[in-house]
Amino acid sequence: MTGENTKKLLEIDVGVGGITTQARPRELGDDLHSETMIVNLGPAHPATHGTIRIVAELSGEKIVDADVDVGYLHRGFEKMCETVDYNQVMPYTDRLNYVSPIINNFGWCLTIEKLLEIEAPKRAQYIRVILSEISRVCDHLTCLGASAMELGAFTVMLYMMEAREYLWDLLEEVTGARLTVSFGRVGGIKDDLTTGFAEKMKAAFKGVRDHLVNCDRLLTRNRIFIERMCDVAVLTSDEAISYSLTGPMLRGSGVSYDIRKTFPYSSYDEFDFEVPVGSKGDNYDRFLVRFYEMEQSLRICEQAIARLPDGPIIVADPHIALMPKDEVYRSIDGMINHFELVMYGVKPPVGSVYQAIEGGNGELGFYVVSDGSGKPYRAHVRAPSFIHMGSMRKMLLGANISDLIPTFGMINMIGGECDR
Amino acid sequence: MVNRVEALKESLVAICGEGVGELVIERGDLVVTVQPAALAAVLKSCKESPQLAFEMLVDITAVDWLDAREKRFEVVYQLLSLTKTQRLTIKVPLGEDRPEVVTATALWRGANFLEREVWDMFGIRFEGHPDLRRILMYEEFVGHPLRKDYPVQGKQPRVQLRSPELENTARKMQRGDLVTIRAKKGEATADKRQGA
Repeated sequence: MTGENTKKLLEIDVGVGGITTQARPRELGDDLHSETMIVNLGPAHPATHGTIRIVAELSGEKIVDADVDVGYLHRGFEKMCETVDYNQVMPYTDRLNYVSPIINNFGWCLTIEKLLEIEAPKRAQYIRVILSEISRVCDHLTCLGASAMELGAFTVMLYMMEAREYLWDLLEEVTGARLTVSFGRVGGIKDDLTTGFAEKMKAAFKGVRDHLVNCDRLLTRNRIFIERMCDVAVLTSDEAISYSLTGPMLRGSGVSYDIRKTFPYSSYDEFDFEVPVGSKGDNYDRFLVRFYEMEQSLRICEQAIARLPDGPIIVADPHIALMPKDEVYRSIDGMINHFELVMYGVKPPVGSVYQAIEGGNGELGFYVVSDGSGKPYRAHVRAPSFIHMGSMRKMLLGANISDLIPTFGMINMIGGECDR
Repeated sequence: MVNRVEALKESLVAICGEGVGELVIERGDLVVTVQPAALAAVLKSCKESPQLAFEMLVDITAVDWLDAREKRFEVVYQLLSLTKTQRLTIKVPLGEDRPEVVTATALWRGANFLEREVWDMFGIRFEGHPDLRRILMYEEFVGHPLRKDYPVQGKQPRVQLRSPELENTARKMQRGDLVTIRAKKGEATADKRQGA
């Protein structure tokens, strides 16, 4: 076949679903073996649960180059934060990592509390720990369930979704919402736990553990799963650190860095739990780290509920938290404070802080600059998903096209958090 | 805790010398101001000196002070030492006339996305960055949205519909000279649509 004919043949587009494939000759008249093919994955593709586009250049099945294009879900979180007061940011933080919104709420609260140099009451801290850990399990269940489904294990996905449902029922019981909870308040939390929460939690955890045992049997030693996950997208510990990875991604590469242990916040130092660490840094290690972390999270919850201290759930400062309605209606001071707080918000002193917490995906950090007014002068989120996507290209180079989906699944990119 | 931060402050002054400017301990964290000219040396010694050992670059962001300060912008680096479990904040004041700092991509690969975001949002250039494109916004976006003089409800001009067949990001990035635009492509598709 002459060069001209080859060129014509290769210009035929094959569009399948969200993927458009195009074959292009590198140079005219080249033989077939030296061609690369561009595969454009996304931004609306069912396997990239999240709006993202990956343009991969393939040589055969090998990925020789990739461009990761994020930003399709950018809603201007940081800009919007500058227009509302500190407590009004809470609903926005729900929409960062929408799989574990409570963790984002509490991250924001902790940042503002650091700015105000106050600490939430002990009972509030314990309840924060319980709800955060339940959310973390939800986050991991979603990540692992979706990834397992993409590799063909649909039963695991259903088991995990059911387990998540038990936990979401618990969260709904306390917060009144399943997804956009807006439960944090600067200086504490909105409500106390409901009566009988401990028993409901016990029953839910039993269900979750049963399902996790089933998933473990179906997945962890499943040959298909292992062959798709092992030795894929390997990052050494040095590379993982260089790419600023945190959370299960970093721990999968063998670095034991968990903010709950290293920089304890919200009384995490009072609980006994372990930090699972991988050895190889491949997708399978990331999977195992997440899987074992769920059990540790459940353990933390059980310890916290057993030792739950009595006391208030929010600080008693009328300039930070709303007073009981009794005081608002019956004293002039109470009413003025209430009015001031509702109209002008919490006013932290001038300064800037960075506070990080362990989110579902890694280090979730907030950098907040206060100019002394009721609105943040600047609010920045250090989003783990966004930073993890920066390492995607490195992980894909040299891998097969079929490795793209498990790798992406193990990054667990959440669009709302990545693009803010 | 306070003693550890004090110790870090002393070793930072000893190692980086004149490079470091004002050092303050703000709410338990050490914050150091570094002039843009000294930034490259300070970042390098922060990462490589065994006493400091800030192996990880956690975050890069910026603050726009507009008229509130003499130097309009401030680039903020968050560093983390895993071995010493310490954090350090580096602030770099930048004038409006030349908003440019040296890139950290040679020291930390994670700086790539973070610096692209700061460029996209604030228009601060990173000298020596290998691939300084917009990241969250699209290429045709006018202005930099997180600057304080960008309106909250700013309107943007409409952009031309981009044809994915004529555009190839990966190639544009790596080998711009190999991009081939096929003129007959569009006609063929149009014919097909008419037929259907």
